[in-house]
Amino acid sequence: MNSAPILTVDNLKTYFFTDEGTVKAVDGASFAVQAGKTVGIVGESGCGKSVTALSILRIIQRPGRIIDGEILLRRVDGAGKSSEVDLARLDPEGGEIRAIRGGEIALVFQEPMTSFSPHYTIGNQIIETIQLHQDISKAEARNRSIELLRMVGIPRPERRIDEYPFELSGGLRQRVMIAMALSCNPRILIADEPTTALDVTTQAQILDLLREIQERTRMSVIIITHDMGVIAEMADDVIVMYLGRVVESGPVDEIFHQPKHPYTQALLRSIPSIFAEPRSKLPTIAGSIPHPHNRPSGCPFHPRCNERMAGLCDVYAPRLLPIGERQMASCFLYHEPEEAPQA
Amino acid sequence: MSPPPAASRAFEGEFDEALVTTAAEERVSVATQWQLMWWRFRKHRLAVFSSIVIAVFYLVAIFADFLAYADPHKTEAFRSLIAPQPIHFFDEGRFSPHVFALIGKRDPRTFKRVYEPDPEQKIALRFFAQGYEYKFLGLFPTNLHLIGVDGGNAEELIFLLGTDQLGRDLWSRLMIACRLSLTIGLAGVTLSLVLGVLLGGISGLYGGAIDTLIQRVIEILRSIPTIPLWMGLAAAMPRDWGVVQVYFAITVILSLIGWTDLARVVRGRFLALREEDFVLAAELAGVGQMRIILRHMAPSFLSHIIAATTLALPNMIISETALSFLGLGLRPPAVSWGVLLQDAQNIQTVAISPWLLSAALPVIIVILAFNFLGDGLRDAADPYG
Amino acid sequence: MLTYIIRRFLLALLTIASISVLSFAIIQLPPGDYVTAYIAQLASSGVDVTPEFAENLRQQYGLDSPIYVQYFKWMEQIARGNFGRSLEWQVPVLTIIGDRLWLTMAVSISAVLFTWGLALPIGIYSAVRQYSIADYIFTFVGFIGLAVPSFLLALILMYLGFRYFGANIGGLFSPEYLQADWSPAKVWDLIKHLPLPALILGTAGTAQLIRIMRANLLDELRKPYVITARAKGMSEFRLILKYPVRAALNPFVSTLGYLFPFIISGSIIVALVLGLPTIGPLLLRALVAQDMFLAGTIVLFLGILTVLGTFISDILLMWIDPRIRFERRE
Repeated sequence: MNSAPILTVDNLKTYFFTDEGTVKAVDGASFAVQAGKTVGIVGESGCGKSVTALSILRIIQRPGRIIDGEILLRRVDGAGKSSEVDLARLDPEGGEIRAIRGGEIALVFQEPMTSFSPHYTIGNQIIETIQLHQDISKAEARNRSIELLRMVGIPRPERRIDEYPFELSGGLRQRVMIAMALSCNPRILIADEPTTALDVTTQAQILDLLREIQERTRMSVIIITHDMGVIAEMADDVIVMYLGRVVESGPVDEIFHQPKHPYTQALLRSIPSIFAEPRSKLPTIAGSIPHPHNRPSGCPFHPRCNERMAGLCDVYAPRLLPIGERQMASCFLYHEPEEAPQA
Repeated sequence: MSPPPAASRAFEGEFDEALVTTAAEERVSVATQWQLMWWRFRKHRLAVFSSIVIAVFYLVAIFADFLAYADPHKTEAFRSLIAPQPIHFFDEGRFSPHVFALIGKRDPRTFKRVYEPDPEQKIALRFFAQGYEYKFLGLFPTNLHLIGVDGGNAEELIFLLGTDQLGRDLWSRLMIACRLSLTIGLAGVTLSLVLGVLLGGISGLYGGAIDTLIQRVIEILRSIPTIPLWMGLAAAMPRDWGVVQVYFAITVILSLIGWTDLARVVRGRFLALREEDFVLAAELAGVGQMRIILRHMAPSFLSHIIAATTLALPNMIISETALSFLGLGLRPPAVSWGVLLQDAQNIQTVAISPWLLSAALPVIIVILAFNFLGDGLRDAADPYG
Repeated sequence: MLTYIIRRFLLALLTIASISVLSFAIIQLPPGDYVTAYIAQLASSGVDVTPEFAENLRQQYGLDSPIYVQYFKWMEQIARGNFGRSLEWQVPVLTIIGDRLWLTMAVSISAVLFTWGLALPIGIYSAVRQYSIADYIFTFVGFIGLAVPSFLLALILMYLGFRYFGANIGGLFSPEYLQADWSPAKVWDLIKHLPLPALILGTAGTAQLIRIMRANLLDELRKPYVITARAKGMSEFRLILKYPVRAALNPFVSTLGYLFPFIISGSIIVALVLGLPTIGPLLLRALVAQDMFLAGTIVLFLGILTVLGTFISDILLMWIDPRIRFERRE
């Protein structure tokens, strides 16, 4: 399993240059995605999860920009020779990245209500994707679309294909969205909060569908969520993000059973449990996410951390370093500071 | 960053919000709605500037007689179509504003009167000089004017913007014209506002058949070309009506059609607000309907109405100008920008005496200013947006 | 879908009915009844008016009946194609209106086309390249266009044309075609003369539509479906045209219904300044001369044309927005 990862994100920095100041939405995130595995990225709103996903596809909108870091996509050609392309260096409007978008890396978006244009039938929007990446006739693309719709569990797909998005329920729409993402057999599927806007039963169905498809196609999945439950159910590896940085990463079992970073620990404590004492108060993380313009100095989590060490956590920025065999965390509880204080 | 979707609140809403708010956020969260709007409006530089321009125009309307120097109604065949006369501010290095006297001659070939400045005869301009008699605000008789000449016969000597065919001074007429042109817009908008708020409010509040009826009426009124209709109605005004009667008739005609936009805004806000949680909350708390409208809903659509009103004003001004230009609106002896522009209807005349077009300038400036102001107000109207 | 068309159609009929009432009111408003005025006019111009003829006319228009009967009698005459006679010109109203109506349409439609042709690309450009220098320039020019009433613009352009080219830039025909019969050459001459009035009439509307298009498109560009489309690997140009522009067209098209009356309105007064042989100057003259049959008929015709334009824009809107076709609104 320890073969070279299919996607490696290294020290990714995506900043938004607004009139009010620079927002460091992603500030040095690093992680890797293994072929055929599911990586879960978890964190609160505004921690940079979605921006990371958009950065990989290079569809960050102005005033946002990738200012540093590498996004390496590995390809293996017919002869078994592997090559790498750095997505961060491609022209964001060029043909190469456009062939990758939707072709090699597909995105399932969090808003099933608004992710489709209401002005075209779902068939139109799926067929378009297929024809963008494959040189086949419209009739073939249509047949393939119907097949895809059937695969994601849409009843009577040959009729549904000519319906408009507003004629479908939220759950069905998200299935269509998945069908569209799968239409070109991508190697990586990024699912950005795929179930957030759905009701609980539908959520479970969509997650089942995603898992089933992944087992069948052996593609890699990056699932972005704030829901630890989704992570537990889906992910092989977990990346915990806070304020644009990866604070902890590791296999799902380690993250759930031996969380190292105080933030991960706090996240896990704040999941409501049916085994909890009735009427007991749900533990919360003290404080709230700082305003993007005043990021704390040092470790970004230190103002809310109950294990912070004065003179250390508020001065030095911890780096993401290994703890044990496969787990990594950025916290001075496990490492000594090694660099000069950050401005 | 986008706000968290509803479903995630269960997880994230637990965090204590108050801890990390900065002083600036603190200030924002305790500010009243009107303070927020003012802050937001202030950021819109062009709108602030425009409001100053508009204020200046209304001041001109108030002090029109003071700013004029010649009786705007006094005709004099010997002063017909004089070109604008430049002011010379310095005389041999000293500040001493003056104009050159004009000598009228008859062109031997065309037999037209032509005027030539005579640099030898300098006429000094005096500030706060005596001129023609008028009543300030219609109450206090005085003869004080901003500029004039010694001897009080300014109309014979100064022609800052030239004269019209009847020899009336254009600058002075332009000043006086501000009054009718600027107030007819206000009067028309006030009337439209009453109609718009009333009908829009009824439409939004009661819904059902009344709503449908009013909506149809609005749609019909909006799909009728207005100028022919105005022309038809205005042409039907009896010829012997006085200035005041015509003024009010024009106001009524303009607002009869102009109320529809305001009614749409009011209805739209009503419908939107009716769905708001805070209105529902007030209803559930047993607050009476009148109190909900006045206390809870009015503050949030008042600002929108003010913005819509501001944007409706320039249309009124254009309409009056257009009607008067056609000779169907205000009629001489009334003086408005449109009446002044009537002299410019004939393109041959304009080609020879382009200064007759000068009334176009205040029209354009005022309309522009009202549009910018309205835009700024509209942006500020939703301070939480 | 059918109910939508029927509803729109009924509304159009209702509007035409209201316009006919207003037109009738315009005919009725001046003091004295028009048959008396008409007969007086005839008599004064030396035509021998027999009492039978006068009585016939009174009967025809039901002058002794209540006002609503008079209205219906008038409508009845119109349904038969009798629009009455012009007091001033002494010929049937239709004869005078004739070509002028079609020329008015030609000017107005070319103004609408001009407005669209310019506002659409500029609006798209301004939104996609928000805050670029060109965006600021367009916004500024747009504001000026909005603030200068069309007849003032016409006056200023006429003056400039006169001043710097020494030519009268008004009119719809070159002098040699003025009295000529219709021929392909005359039509071509007309087409060559249309751009200036179209530009003058269209400027205010263009400025407004650019602002509407820009604002709508900016809203649409932020919607998730744009990101979806981008994530598919579509090229930016194709993407913008296919998705957000299509969505932003919706409010754009719905303003057509108001743009058309606005342009017809403006054409009346602009035609006067530019000396166009359209219906505008005729209307003014009829109103000033209290030639009420002529004036009333013109108002009626203009109203009907406008309603037709609005109806067409409604149908266009339906074609563009599938949600209306399915009679569902989100």
